[in-house]
Amino acid sequence: MKNIQSIPGSDDILRTELPNQIVLLARENSLSPSVVISGYLPGGSILDPIDRSGLAIFLSLALMRGTETNSFEQIFRKLEDNGASLGFNAGFHSFSFAGQSLAEDLPAMLDLLNDILRHPIFPENHLTQIRDQMLTALAIRSQDTAEMANVAFDQALFGSHPYGRDKLGTPESVQSVSRSDLVRHHAQYFKPQGMVISIVGGIEPEKAADLIREYFSNWEAGPQAIPNLPDFPKVTKPEKGSATHIEIPEKSQLDLVIGSIAPERKSPQYQPARLGNCILGEFGMMGRIGRVVRDENGLAYYAGSDVNCLPLGGSWEISAGINPENLDRTVDLIRSEIQKFVSTPVEPNELSDVQSYYLGRMPLQLESNAGIANELLSIERYQLGLNYLRRYGDIIRAVTREQILETAATYLDPDRLTLATAGTLRGKA
Amino acid sequence: MSDEIVQTKLENGLTVLLKEIHSAPIISHWIWYRVGSRNEVPGKTGISHWVEHMQFKGTAKYPAGVLDQAISRGGGIWNAFTYLDWTAFFSTMPKDKIALPIDLEADRMQNSLFLPEEVESERTVILSEREGSENEPLFRLNEAIDKAAFDRHPYRFEIIGEKSDLLTLTRDDLYTHYRQFYAPGNAVLTMAGDFDANEMLDRLAAVYQSVSARPIPSVTIQPEKAIPEERHVELSGPGDTTYLRIVWRAPAGRDPDIFPLAVLDSILTGPSSLNMFGSGSISNKTSRLYQPLIDRQIAVAFSGDYNATIDPYLYMMTVIMHPDHDPQEAVRIIDEEISRIQSGDISEQELKKAVKQARALFAYGSENITNQAYWMGYTEMFASYSWFTEFVSSLNKVTVSDVAKSASTYLNSAHRVIGIYRPYPEESEES
Repeated sequence: MKNIQSIPGSDDILRTELPNQIVLLARENSLSPSVVISGYLPGGSILDPIDRSGLAIFLSLALMRGTETNSFEQIFRKLEDNGASLGFNAGFHSFSFAGQSLAEDLPAMLDLLNDILRHPIFPENHLTQIRDQMLTALAIRSQDTAEMANVAFDQALFGSHPYGRDKLGTPESVQSVSRSDLVRHHAQYFKPQGMVISIVGGIEPEKAADLIREYFSNWEAGPQAIPNLPDFPKVTKPEKGSATHIEIPEKSQLDLVIGSIAPERKSPQYQPARLGNCILGEFGMMGRIGRVVRDENGLAYYAGSDVNCLPLGGSWEISAGINPENLDRTVDLIRSEIQKFVSTPVEPNELSDVQSYYLGRMPLQLESNAGIANELLSIERYQLGLNYLRRYGDIIRAVTREQILETAATYLDPDRLTLATAGTLRGKA
Repeated sequence: MSDEIVQTKLENGLTVLLKEIHSAPIISHWIWYRVGSRNEVPGKTGISHWVEHMQFKGTAKYPAGVLDQAISRGGGIWNAFTYLDWTAFFSTMPKDKIALPIDLEADRMQNSLFLPEEVESERTVILSEREGSENEPLFRLNEAIDKAAFDRHPYRFEIIGEKSDLLTLTRDDLYTHYRQFYAPGNAVLTMAGDFDANEMLDRLAAVYQSVSARPIPSVTIQPEKAIPEERHVELSGPGDTTYLRIVWRAPAGRDPDIFPLAVLDSILTGPSSLNMFGSGSISNKTSRLYQPLIDRQIAVAFSGDYNATIDPYLYMMTVIMHPDHDPQEAVRIIDEEISRIQSGDISEQELKKAVKQARALFAYGSENITNQAYWMGYTEMFASYSWFTEFVSSLNKVTVSDVAKSASTYLNSAHRVIGIYRPYPEESEES
């Protein structure tokens, strides 16, 4: 038996590329009776036409509604009768899929995945259902203060950049998506080249590779219309600060998001931003922000920060759920923490704490098949190298206080912060 | 994976369950107290949940803010949950850092400070947590349904408590509750991960024996039988979405009737997973209610849910309605499907599918060490660990007539609460 406790690396991750340019990454977990399949194809919401926002999500929901040889019911019988799952989604830069089954059912899963990716028929009656489900999801979201604060924040921060677009679309754009849009979009973008599949669990990597060859090698590469990343604009910092509010009546809690832009994933400032963010609003019970807003002032049930680093840049956001009466006080406290964060280096012990946190929690992230599968996909997506997880300790230890300060000062300008709130501002101007 | 565990009771009454799993260099440590909202009385609702919060506010040895930083520094995760029947605290750590949660859990079993200023600060945090929940239409609907589904039993109150009680509970109320229920004889320690069970038992005994045994208040709570009649709850609020939730009295967790109900749930609405961490899920598109509710576009989503509890709680179905249809149409459809099952219209294939789905969900959940320790404690709260290890075989024994009987006994239309949340009529909506 292989030492499954070892950190995945080049000697136990199988990476192979088919002639049609599909990449497989596989790693065995011999103790697991199940397998996880996950992966992506280039594409995603960034390619949604302006008047068809939500198209990529719509397409990912519609893929499993029937193929040339499997009806909707047959697809889900094959999955649910075996206790398996499979689903599709769309991010800004890719269509993704994730599934799970008992190891014995992996061949059937790959057979189905191949069929769904290549031969969907988008039956009209199912498209009506999906449209109604998306409209209901939008209606539910419009009442969710945390979600709406995030939507408002992204729109205000990113402006006309594609990241400012709503991946779910609007009621009007969702209504306007037609079957021919789906058929055309699928034909244009669903090609084998650039597709990555990761298989982790109770199967030997070579057997997984044989199965991938069996099901996917006859998918011929064809012309693909996906623009290169450099053709898209990078995220830029807003020229001035702003405040946006979405009024949602009769809500007890107000949600707020305040922040600015973040480095792109491949930037050398990515790791300093992650570690810095951990100090700012994650470590312990939500870092410095949690300590000030929640613990010392009792203003919120949750208060913390996130840094999202995508290929073209991202967002650095502090969020909290508060009583509306406490809005001004909370914002003042957060602004003051940001001011401190961008003007004074973090304490040496704060940095060593978060370094220890990142290194210590790695085994937790890698204990499940899905956790490893996701890491393998990141390794491929960002070309980190198969030994990335083994180099990870050195990468984290190399981050300095000065790098964190410089990164924070670059991205979080206290005078140019974007603030978004959603909820009921009773009696407030 | 082996289900073998080491189980013992320390001299101070603390029950310990240990399970060796060597798949990752991780250990998950849980302390479960047999106290939750079930142990609360009107006027003091929410007290168990608030005490759980106060357990993060420090002891003399580990002052507030030190605990969470120490766990994080070790690369661990930790959290706590207050439920109807129990309160649980867990830490999952790299194995070489496990001494910390062992020591601090033993410490806060008896030495939490409950400083008055911390109590006051936490009052607003909990009110804020409640306000966050109140933003959700389904929380408001559920709160009304629970009150209709129970006449006297403490399950009628939400775990977070009544707002009026959260405004008036005192530091002494909280501290008394803590001292009464956070005693070793009222607790179960479960641990799973990369250790030698015998060595670990010695380590645990050395630390936890320092906590003195204390008497546990005897609690007599009268369970409630079936909901006496069909009851109706209707709320309205902002938004555009109509929700329907129907609840029936469910069997207690240790009642063997829970297994046919689990199969019935799987057939009607798809399988429910009781896993808490990293469990995966299975869709419900081939379940009985999908075609009549979703394919016919009466609703856009639905689910079924049950819990394993000490006293009989609730089986619930939740439906998000299509805007063009009334919830009564969904009620009729659900009744028709239940009626078919009551008459025995169930195939062997459906039973087989329910068992395989349960087997798969268990396999997915077993990858996760935190989940393994969770299962030992969770099942101990209402039955015993064998409930978990025998779950799939218990489902395997369920017959068509068991499922039909379960539907007749538990999903009876004369004994339920139908709850509906409707958006305000359009003319009264303001932008």
